[in-house]
Amino acid sequence: MNITLRVWRQANAASQGRMVTYQVQDVSEDMSFLEMLDLLNEDLTVKGEEPVAFDHDCREGICGMCGVVINGTAHGRGNSPVATTTCQLHMRSFSDGAVIDVEPWRAGSFPVIKDLVVNRSAFDRIIQAGGFVSVSTGAAPEAHANAVSKLKADRAFDAATCIGCGACVAACPNHSGMLFAAAKITHLAMLPQGQPERPLRIKKMVAAHDEEGFGGCTNIGECAAVCPKEIPLDVIGQLNRDLLASLFKRDGK
Amino acid sequence: MALTGLLLIGFLLMHMFGNFKMFLGEEAFNHYAGWLKGETPDGGILYPILPAGAFIWVFRTVLVAAVLLHVYSALTLWQRAKAATPSSYQAKRTLSQTYSARTMRWGGVILAGVLIFHLAQFTVHSALTAGSFGATYADSPYKMFVGEFQQWWMVALYAIWMATVAMHVRHGFWSAFATLGANTSPKAQTVLNACAWAAAILLYIGFIFAPVAVLFGWIH
Repeated sequence: MNITLRVWRQANAASQGRMVTYQVQDVSEDMSFLEMLDLLNEDLTVKGEEPVAFDHDCREGICGMCGVVINGTAHGRGNSPVATTTCQLHMRSFSDGAVIDVEPWRAGSFPVIKDLVVNRSAFDRIIQAGGFVSVSTGAAPEAHANAVSKLKADRAFDAATCIGCGACVAACPNHSGMLFAAAKITHLAMLPQGQPERPLRIKKMVAAHDEEGFGGCTNIGECAAVCPKEIPLDVIGQLNRDLLASLFKRDGK
Repeated sequence: MALTGLLLIGFLLMHMFGNFKMFLGEEAFNHYAGWLKGETPDGGILYPILPAGAFIWVFRTVLVAAVLLHVYSALTLWQRAKAATPSSYQAKRTLSQTYSARTMRWGGVILAGVLIFHLAQFTVHSALTAGSFGATYADSPYKMFVGEFQQWWMVALYAIWMATVAMHVRHGFWSAFATLGANTSPKAQTVLNACAWAAAILLYIGFIFAPVAVLFGWIH
């Protein structure tokens, strides 16, 4: 396959970025999207040009490091038949001779570091505000000591699959980080260990989310549509329900 | 946003139901219009707890406050979204958002204009297009309704405006309940969206029914 790429090039956070067109020859349809970018970078290195900077780590869809907007959708979800991360998107999802736009996540809270790499530490600060359980968990408890219903366990596990890639923020017309915050809220709210800090956690995490400059949620649903882990929109409903309930608790007042 | 929105949807449903009085004839409709304002001999709503004609002002104050708070919340969200958007994508493709969801903000701006005209036309009577309330319509709300909607273009205009209202309600109804924490499962999402569609369609048909009846001469 031969591909025409239009890639966002930006030297650093302060400089002005622009789309630059590159031709990538001899792309195998079995390559992942990132391997195709590797191919481009090898070519650029040989030519003595600056390679395209992009984030990546595990390349098996579980770490949350990679993530670019491909043809207008986060992780190229619009080109993929299934929910995917950028590293698990394969070139067979594109046709020979395709022109592909590659851009970084665009959100005020995710400033561009270089080219396609953005700073997502705002997510870390939301987690630091309350996305944890501060009890001594010790050794694994006896399994029957603390019963968790199947429904709640499933919901907690589904929400806990969030890898914090930031696709939700990139896709949201408001650039809200609600799906990310809500995934952690729901994960801990469904489990007995999360209960003591539940009202305090929601207040702190929502406050941290707003302080980071993320937009407000207007229930549009683009976030859930691009999420590689298929975190459902209803976790945001859980967040809203917990937030309302927490207003009647003294914690955090 | 959610609470004021639901209050306004509640008002719209009541207003729509009230408009059906047009089918009961001039006397019934005018009595209803007078009763709302406390002009009937029985003193209207909540008389004698409140003086005759006082309730309508309480009601209007609540509605105006709801509209202002709704606009204030919307502007705050809009401002936050703008601040969170440093630059837009070169290529943009949406996967799940509906046309209604996408047009909530500018649709809301259009609705604000429509609301001002609607109040000027039917409440203040300063923007009547086919006559004057005192002279042509002889102080009869029924005659005013008939006179205004006998003009085909006025019905067409309201048909378009009501589509804007229905679209705003379609996303707004679902979004309000999601914000209030009602959406906690995929099934809840389906049910809420179905209810939102039902509310929007009901409002559209309910509101356009009487004007269309006037246009076709069923009400005259």
